[in-house]
Amino acid sequence: MSAQPNTQPAIETAGLRRTFKGRGGAVEAVAGVDLRVNAGDIFGFLGPNGAGKTTTLRILATLLPPTAGTASVAGFDVARHPRQVRERIGYVAQSGGSYREATGREELVIQGRLFGMSKAEAGRRAIEILAALDLTEAADRTCKTYSGGMRRRLNIGIGMVHRPAVLFLDEPTTGLDPQARARLWVEIRKLRETGTTVFLTTHYLEEADALCDCLAIIDHGRIVAAGSPDDLKREIAGDVLTIGVNGSGDEVVKLLAGLSFVREAGLEDGLVRLYVDRGEEAVPAVLRLLDSKGLAPSTMDLHRPSLDDVFLKKTGRSLRESAA
Amino acid sequence: MRMFRDTWLIFERSLTLSLRNPVWVILGVMQPILYLFLFGPLLNNIAKMPGFPPGGAFNVFVPGILVMTALFGSAFVGFGLCDEMREGVVERMTVTPMSRVAMLVGRSLRDVILLLVQGLILVGLAIPFGLEINVGGVAVAFALLALIGLMMSPVSYTLALVLKTEDSLAPTVNGLTLPLLLLSGVMLPMSLAPDWLQTVAKFNPLYHAVAAIRALFNASFADQEILWGVGLLAVLTVVTIVIGARSFARAAA
Repeated sequence: MSAQPNTQPAIETAGLRRTFKGRGGAVEAVAGVDLRVNAGDIFGFLGPNGAGKTTTLRILATLLPPTAGTASVAGFDVARHPRQVRERIGYVAQSGGSYREATGREELVIQGRLFGMSKAEAGRRAIEILAALDLTEAADRTCKTYSGGMRRRLNIGIGMVHRPAVLFLDEPTTGLDPQARARLWVEIRKLRETGTTVFLTTHYLEEADALCDCLAIIDHGRIVAAGSPDDLKREIAGDVLTIGVNGSGDEVVKLLAGLSFVREAGLEDGLVRLYVDRGEEAVPAVLRLLDSKGLAPSTMDLHRPSLDDVFLKKTGRSLRESAA
Repeated sequence: MRMFRDTWLIFERSLTLSLRNPVWVILGVMQPILYLFLFGPLLNNIAKMPGFPPGGAFNVFVPGILVMTALFGSAFVGFGLCDEMREGVVERMTVTPMSRVAMLVGRSLRDVILLLVQGLILVGLAIPFGLEINVGGVAVAFALLALIGLMMSPVSYTLALVLKTEDSLAPTVNGLTLPLLLLSGVMLPMSLAPDWLQTVAKFNPLYHAVAAIRALFNASFADQEILWGVGLLAVLTVVTIVIGARSFARAAA
């Protein structure tokens, strides 16, 4: 059941839709998603809350049937062959999965056995995973004694017991301190070496940037951008200039939008945000123009486009504010 | 077969976890013990009243207390499931190829074992008070108690899967168990009740269970209530297990 790198995509969806019946009529949480995730990749799935991220993930993990469209995971259709899909995937929910009264070892062993391993086999695999995730000392303590980072590592370990071809991680590092997060990144990268395809959702763009070979941004139930982090950043040509102004930001946007080298101008979080061709030339020109109008910027920041900028441009929201 | 293997795995896990924290098991048997010691003796005089069924006071009372223990021991098991759902355990297992029937039956069998142990403790404690027992009768009576557990715990699990939180589960289970208990003749035999109340009680499967277990403790094996009790509970158990297993299969969505 171990993952072999092949040309067949690990995950492929076509026109995937999911409608929920709400009080105010039907709500389309996923509105036609086409995704392709290559085998062996770490794939990041980003989107503001309510964008359809979790719904898509749950469809792919066989927890939710799609209303329309198709999705195949590890070579099997999720709606027609959920059992075959389940045999080949691991799923680590945000809510965790380990029970606080059970020990880490117990959770790993029962998971292995539910996937058909013998008692001895599951026991050996548990020892292997506990060692790999540095949980050996905590193996026979109940999960409620674990730190947040340990518990998260165990949950991922539970998802890996049966060596799945595809591992789904729903916000694996949310709520962890930076150290524990960095620790987990290392573990997730290790999965790539085993050929496991990782599909993760995250609120942290630097995480997507650091971990993912490929990512997709979903908004209002549709994919608005997909590609490698570098490709996506390259799409935003030039540099990003953010300017803090006292007084009317709208006026400043209107003023600066007229400059020849400004590709796009907007107001975000009270800051004027300009996408410019060449930052080093833009800064003095912008300063001169502002000065001539008697405006003095309070802050000014020039940077290469980050995934934040990609996200902002594609969804009109910054991920941080949508996560809050 | 996968279903039996998975059922055993879930049973083993659930029982281990229950025994790690046996406070609920102990509390579960404390209440019926209090009834036994503090309420049972009241019946010695009432037992002389006309209309009181045959057998000594404790042979009438203990079967009722056993059914009450079985009812409470299984009607509230959904609370534990709410806890497991919150921690993501149910979802995690749903995304495995395991049998959905096993998710339910493995847990229900654990509930049955625990309530049978509680029942044995109660019977043991009641013998000094004048409970008369016969081995065959008690054995069949305990099979009936097991059926009550197998019938009621899927109801509780199904409600938990639908309602999801203890806050909404508690009033629902209370609203369900109280009429079942009052209309079963657990405290006082229904033969003391007015006709209309007796008629209503006949629609309660637990009424028949109590009547059957009383007959069994009195070694009245020809009593038709025994067949009624066993048959009715067996049919209802199949129904609740089917519904419960489907709820687990659908809990995913």
